[in-house]
Amino acid sequence: MCGVAGILESKGSSADRDALRTMIDLVQHRGPDESGIYAHGPVGLAHARLSIIDLATGQQPMHNADRSLTITFNGEIFNYIELRKSLESRGHRFATTSDTEVILHAYEDKGPDCVRDFNGQWSFAIWDEGKQELFISRDRLGVRPLFYRMHEGTFLFASEMKSILSYPGVPRTLDLKALDQILTFWFCLPPRTIFEGIQELPPGHSMKVSQGEVHLQRYWQPSYPTHFAPMNEEHCAQHLLELLVDATRLRLRADVPVGAYLSGGLDSSVTTALIKNFTTTPLKTFSVVFDVPEFDERTSQDEMVRHLDTRHQHIECSTSDIGRIFPDVVWHTEKPIIRTAPSPLYMLSQLVRENGYKVVLTGEGADEILGGYDIFKEAKVRRFWGQSPRSRLRPLLLAKLYPYMGNLQKQTPAYLQAFFHVSPADLSSPFFSHLPRWKLTAKSKLFYSAQTRAALNGYDPCEELLAMLPAEFSKWQPLCQAQYLETSFLLPGYILSSQGDRMAMSHGIEGRFPFLDHRVVDFAATIPPRLKMKGMNEKYILKKAIGDRVPDSIRRRPKQPYRAPDSASVLPTNGSEPPYVSELLSEKHLDQTGIFNSRSVTELVRKSRSGQAIGVKDNMAVIGILSTQLVNEQFITHFGRLGTHAHA
Amino acid sequence: MPTLEPQIRHFIVENFLYGEESADLTPEASFLENGIIDSTGVLELVTYVEKTFKIKIRDEEIVPENLDSIRRLAAFIQSKLATPAAH
Repeated sequence: MCGVAGILESKGSSADRDALRTMIDLVQHRGPDESGIYAHGPVGLAHARLSIIDLATGQQPMHNADRSLTITFNGEIFNYIELRKSLESRGHRFATTSDTEVILHAYEDKGPDCVRDFNGQWSFAIWDEGKQELFISRDRLGVRPLFYRMHEGTFLFASEMKSILSYPGVPRTLDLKALDQILTFWFCLPPRTIFEGIQELPPGHSMKVSQGEVHLQRYWQPSYPTHFAPMNEEHCAQHLLELLVDATRLRLRADVPVGAYLSGGLDSSVTTALIKNFTTTPLKTFSVVFDVPEFDERTSQDEMVRHLDTRHQHIECSTSDIGRIFPDVVWHTEKPIIRTAPSPLYMLSQLVRENGYKVVLTGEGADEILGGYDIFKEAKVRRFWGQSPRSRLRPLLLAKLYPYMGNLQKQTPAYLQAFFHVSPADLSSPFFSHLPRWKLTAKSKLFYSAQTRAALNGYDPCEELLAMLPAEFSKWQPLCQAQYLETSFLLPGYILSSQGDRMAMSHGIEGRFPFLDHRVVDFAATIPPRLKMKGMNEKYILKKAIGDRVPDSIRRRPKQPYRAPDSASVLPTNGSEPPYVSELLSEKHLDQTGIFNSRSVTELVRKSRSGQAIGVKDNMAVIGILSTQLVNEQFITHFGRLGTHAHA
Repeated sequence: MPTLEPQIRHFIVENFLYGEESADLTPEASFLENGIIDSTGVLELVTYVEKTFKIKIRDEEIVPENLDSIRRLAAFIQSKLATPAAH
């Protein structure tokens, strides 16, 4: 896994090699083993390498035999061995054993359509000297990142936005609509990013750049049947297991040892059990544990470690650790976040690195593709109740939701019903499943300054999202609609980026995700909703597929979403808050930034310091405001890192 | 008895609106419909009322009919204060 960056001039000048060097140096954490630059006329490609496959000859940027194509590549093509055989049978000759060279030959063979044959996680750019064209592609689910911007005739791209922001003369401004999207959905709607003018190549897309023009093309997106064919439960579970075993086998291909994250939940337990049961790979597992019992899952982790007999190591994450490292975390997320949940994963990747590992398998994607999230269950109950609003029995199911949320469990039945109230208009909304979450998150906008409100001028991010939905969306079953929203947006926009790639790559660790093998994703989409969520039993078919390879107690355990302490980590009641928090949340600093109303934020800070900011709404506001201030400080006002690794 | 509405309004504005005065916060405005109160907010509100007015609110009284606007809450507190057993 690696970092990439590049420049393509369109006005006759040569690519600026020094600027390209700065761009790639800024993502050196993604590839600390080697780095390379190719600059020739208008084009410059750069690469920071994390050596995993073909350690000896896999250096990049890499050329094809006649040097008409040059590639810089971040990621893995897991089926490169099979693709290579197929290409060799058609006359292609290889000089290395790397998957990078397979991409070059596949592109020679099929052009842009080659990506349809790839099973992997990638973002790469190929300079085609003959066509004078840059071809850039990103994997189907958005595992690996790719950002770009056109700046006065210069096309810039990189794995992380900080590289683009470093280019001389690129304006650095926050996009308030992007902020408004994050403070609604938790993510930005691609291609928009938090920095004005910088765009994200959306997942499942490729693009061509030539003569100063950019053309995007989608080659894949999640899709669901409008009618489900009858499916035998046993056969379905068996086929799912076979696909997952093969997805795991492919993802263990590496010339370095591969580890696994083990959270104690079902998904990472399945991934780890697959490695243990179906491969001969020596296995080391890693986890994070908390000093707050509400978030700690070490009991379940220990149970899986005993069950699978893995070599295991954990790292203790304290509430104060989260506050201490938060500026570093935001330096890597490169956007505001409304939860601190990425922070422990930052510490976890450091632990993995210190143990000499570069690659980990994890369980990401299972909740999205197999119906695991609480939001799916909540929507099911609300819809069931909404269809018979006078029922006295149906709302009783509400009490079964969110067993881990103490404040909700303390509610009287009358208030529980009031919170989950379903209006007839909600029932017909395409966003039915997500409206409660988005409305709750959007409460943070109460803290906007008058200036921000004026700039947004009544902007509604839901309208923008509505325009992005595929035509067939309205014909899908409710669970599929909710799955689409999670898989297409939250997964790449938050889970795989802020919690995934950016935290793992902060310490040069590559995550691999068997559940996100596109064969698994495509098959899961055809599984009828009733087999994904049977009654209120989430991921039913996965539990059936894995059987007793995962202990009964883990399979039956109520879902515990991954969470971490929020406002208490940055505004503790004992007054020991990190100095950067006091500074960035001071009235003076808030007024300088101008995004939030300093008086309101001061009230929120007071409430938090006194330990009264205990609700989800207040916690999200504290973290959302602080992380926005950190993004502004580190990327706009003073470009550079504030955290423990601060540099000039 | 003087109305409790200004006192309740002050608490709502300071604790749930963070000092941000809102024209929408009329005496009849529903806390739930206007998104002023979430699940934690109800618990905060009950704690505030119990402590400030030294009354005990029973579980079955924690319903939107009693608590979901400044006017309803003021009326509810006044009725509790008028009942000696509530103290």
